[in-house]
Amino acid sequence: MRKTGMIFVSSESEPGGKGRFISQANCGETAENRNSSEVKTMEISGAQIAAEILREQGTDTVFGYPGGQVTDLFDALYGQDDIRLILTAHEQGAAHAADGYARASGRVGVVLATSGPGATNLITGIAAAYLDSVPVVAITGNVPCSQIGKDSFQEVDIVGVSMPVTKHNFIVKDVGELADTLREAFRIAKSGRPGPVLVDIPQDVQKAVCTYEPEECVSAEPLRLASNHRLRWAADMIQHAKRPYIYFGGGIISADASEELTAFAAKIDAPMGCSLMGLSAVPSSHPRFLGMQGMHGHYASTLAEDEADLLLAFGVRFSDRATGEQSRFSEHFSVIHIDIDGAELNKNVTAKLTVRGDIKDALRRLTALVPQQMHPEWTARIAELRAEEARRTSRSHNFMAGGGYLTHYEIIDAVSAAAEPDAVIVTDVGQHQMWTAQRYPLKQPRTFLTSGGLGAMGYGMGAAIGAFAATGKRCVLFTGDGSFGMNLNELATAVSFGANLVVIIMNNGVLGMVRQWQKLFFDGRYAGTTLNRKTDFVKVAEAFGAEGMRAQNPDELQNAVCAAFSKRGVFVIDCRMNPDEPVLPMRPPGGSVDDMITELEP
Amino acid sequence: MEKQYVIGVLVANIAGVLSRVSGMFTRRGFNIDCLTVGETESQGFSRITVAFRGDEDIKERIVTQLEKLHDVKEVEVLDQNETVIRELLLLKVENKTETRQDIMTAVEIFRSKIVDYSATALICELTGESSKIDAFIELMKNYGIMEMCRTGIVAIERGENCLRTLHEK
Repeated sequence: MRKTGMIFVSSESEPGGKGRFISQANCGETAENRNSSEVKTMEISGAQIAAEILREQGTDTVFGYPGGQVTDLFDALYGQDDIRLILTAHEQGAAHAADGYARASGRVGVVLATSGPGATNLITGIAAAYLDSVPVVAITGNVPCSQIGKDSFQEVDIVGVSMPVTKHNFIVKDVGELADTLREAFRIAKSGRPGPVLVDIPQDVQKAVCTYEPEECVSAEPLRLASNHRLRWAADMIQHAKRPYIYFGGGIISADASEELTAFAAKIDAPMGCSLMGLSAVPSSHPRFLGMQGMHGHYASTLAEDEADLLLAFGVRFSDRATGEQSRFSEHFSVIHIDIDGAELNKNVTAKLTVRGDIKDALRRLTALVPQQMHPEWTARIAELRAEEARRTSRSHNFMAGGGYLTHYEIIDAVSAAAEPDAVIVTDVGQHQMWTAQRYPLKQPRTFLTSGGLGAMGYGMGAAIGAFAATGKRCVLFTGDGSFGMNLNELATAVSFGANLVVIIMNNGVLGMVRQWQKLFFDGRYAGTTLNRKTDFVKVAEAFGAEGMRAQNPDELQNAVCAAFSKRGVFVIDCRMNPDEPVLPMRPPGGSVDDMITELEP
Repeated sequence: MEKQYVIGVLVANIAGVLSRVSGMFTRRGFNIDCLTVGETESQGFSRITVAFRGDEDIKERIVTQLEKLHDVKEVEVLDQNETVIRELLLLKVENKTETRQDIMTAVEIFRSKIVDYSATALICELTGESSKIDAFIELMKNYGIMEMCRTGIVAIERGENCLRTLHEK
């Protein structure tokens, strides 16, 4: 129960009001709310301490699912006006929701689950956040300390289980250490390269009473700054380059460095491409932006990268999906790699120059160090590549159109024409994810949420709920019939929580991405990828209390999109697609640009 | 070029830290020759010594990954020319009349010690660099090794430099 006489309140206003671009160090809570002379200590239970720490850290939303060993923690949140508890259908959905909340807002997402199965159900969500560097604090209950290690009911060593997929984790066995451990968890989650932190709290620690003294919201650790010497070296390399190409990733979004990036690109007259995680950092329509590179990257972006003589890699980790065969990746160009995480430098690709430091600061200083560059020949070549890409895209589109199915072009174009400019676009994993990444016109940072590193099918529903909770803006989930099937139970959450969410199911009756690989590399042996389900997604939507429509042709699509975007609430559109519509271009795994497939018969 | 590296790691003295460090090696696919851990002069810290074979690139990756672990406070690649490296061996060898004198001679020359003597077995204790331990074991194979265990190396830099002062800087 909340004690009366507390002197601090959360200043977090309605979701999405401010804070979209809140920096890492910011908790959305102002110092004026706290008057240190009035700080009072109090004797409260561990569970109440946990609730107070959440409030202290500016948490306005907790996603979770109750259970035997977190009843005290849930009780401490009961009836609290300033911390909203969103009950999901499954702990995995809660973990993805905390992730989506964090990605859409830049704040730390919080998820709460019970011991044993509750905790293990979080793991996919935590791993997704870990691989995409998302600040999340996961709190789990555990059996009382005296029962730990005895294979008690619903006991799992979640600290051991989650160790490889968290930035750090804790088990708190002494209530006296609880407050500082939770604060430390928030600090670690948002410092440097962000990531998930798990805190396991045994039930007796939740019950134990201890003195609690309110503190300020913790700040992120000061970011390490790039060395002058290395930046001067980089500036020198840039001045000698004839065909520079900027390859940026999620680090630009984490560091809120979009403006610095575009200013730098203009100064050095370079095109920009990005990894899947970099999408939304600059508007898709930016004249210098060529789109995503890599396995399913844009034709012009991937080719320009290959033709470059200098690759400027900012806040990326050179995933195998981005590079193809890593040993051959940088045969034609030199690499300058700038990242906040020193362990990423020279990990996957050897760079000529590595710079460790905050990318926002590094870009600002680097822009100042380099005189204005002009590369007219390179610019002309980029324009040629873009024109060729446009020709190829329209050929593929015409090839697929009118075949009795909707194409991904028609679906994405219809949705993006109807959706609000600040709508948060969320995807699941598979073909629909790549199509959306390639084609959806994104307008501002933190409006594209996808499970990039882990590639977790079933990510989308939870993430969309989290994004809505953080922003209050309409969310659009692009999913497939496979991915949606994994966590469609979260429709229940979205409806009861009153989310404003449009779910676009790109329904081709197959697990299309694997099917595409089977077509290319397994002689068309479609093992386990033909779904042939009798599921009626419109009825599913209605059964969960949402609305739904089916669309088989452009007219039906238009009607459904109009219906969906003309109101608030949860609306599912089941779009029928050809099972053989491919994701192109495609660079086969382990291949290079020379192996790129740009046309494929359906 | 592949060579052996020895790394000193200062870590927070809390439960689970060994598991975090060894787990990182497993997860990232780094092979290690040995890893030892023990308390230090300060209650707050433990010290881990890791030896592994690899090239410069592997060494860099191990160091940077270690530095990322929250409980790791300081990592230093030790220059083996400027480092005292020691390992301890306990070796049980058959005690037979015909070989006893040879064993005693070897023990004396290697500056080993007999720490247990029974009618059928002797336990030798030996401290030294790994190469010395290897040589001693090789020799003892002639006399019937019954069982043995070695600690893995501990290492400390010569002179006044300390991992902890590096950490405090």
